[in-house]
Amino acid sequence: MGREEGELIAALRAGDEAVFSRLVSEWSRSMLTLARHFVSTEASAEEVVQETWLAVIKGLDRFEGRSALRTWVYRILVNTAKSRGVKEHRTLPWSSVAGDDAGPSLDPALFQSTGEAYPGHWRAAPTAWPHDVAVEGSVLAGELRGELRTVVDALPDRQRLVLTLRDVLGHSSDEVCQLLDISQANQRVLLHRARTAVRAGLAAYLEGS
Amino acid sequence: MAELGCQEMVGLVTEYLEGTLGPRDRRRIEEHLAECDACVRYIEQMRETLKLLGTVPVDTLSPEAQSTLLEAFRDLKR
Repeated sequence: MGREEGELIAALRAGDEAVFSRLVSEWSRSMLTLARHFVSTEASAEEVVQETWLAVIKGLDRFEGRSALRTWVYRILVNTAKSRGVKEHRTLPWSSVAGDDAGPSLDPALFQSTGEAYPGHWRAAPTAWPHDVAVEGSVLAGELRGELRTVVDALPDRQRLVLTLRDVLGHSSDEVCQLLDISQANQRVLLHRARTAVRAGLAAYLEGS
Repeated sequence: MAELGCQEMVGLVTEYLEGTLGPRDRRRIEEHLAECDACVRYIEQMRETLKLLGTVPVDTLSPEAQSTLLEAFRDLKR
C-alpha cells in the first residue's frame, strides 16, 4: 500500500468529507459505466453505485488494505451489480469473444486481394483528416465529440465497455482485466475491434461532411 | 519473414500502441511505417481518435445522490 493510499484511507476513517466527496464524484463515473453493463437501466445502475458507497462507508473500518482501496471499492460494485443483474435476469457471458466480436475488424474491401498488384495493401490511402481534428477547443473537435458518442453507443456491449474504461476513463489494461475478469488477450481483442470501429466511424463522418 | 502488408499492419495497430508486440513484430511494423505513408496516416488517425475519446464526458452520480451519500458518511462518523 502506497503512502498516498494510506493517507486516503486514514482521511476517510477520520471522517474527512472533502476527500469522501471527491472520491464519490470521481470514481462514480467508472462505477456507473461498469454497473450499467450488468443491470438493465440507468436508474438501476445509479442505485447499485449508491449501494456500493454505503457498503464502503460501513466497511471502511474493516478494510484491511490487502488490496488497493479502488480495487476494493470496485469489487464491491461488481458484486453488487452482478447480483442485481441476476435479479433482473440480465446475464452476459464473458467467457469468449465470439458472436458480435468476431469477424474482420476493418472492411477487407479497403485492401487489394490476391491476384491484384499489391495484395494486402491499401486500395487507396485513408483520406486525410483536417489538421484540427483533435485540437482541444477547436470547433471540429467539439463536433466530433458528439459524433463519437453515437459511434461508441453503437458498439457491441463488451467492446463499448472495454473502450470506455480504457480510452474514455483512462483505466489500465490490468485494471480492466481484473474488473471484468477477462484475460489480457481477450481485453486486447475487444479494445482493438472497438478502436478500429470508432476510427472508421469518425473517418466516415469526416468524409461525409 | 514475409514483408508486412497494410492489412496486417492495421490488424496489429492496437498491440503496437499498447506495446505488447514482440521485438520482431515491432521491427516489422517500424520497417513498414518507414515506407508506407498510408499506414503512417492510419496510425496518426488512430492516435487522434484516442485523444478525442479521452475528452468525451461521462456522467457521474446526480448531485442529489452525492449529497445523500455525504450525509450517510457524516452520520456514520458522528
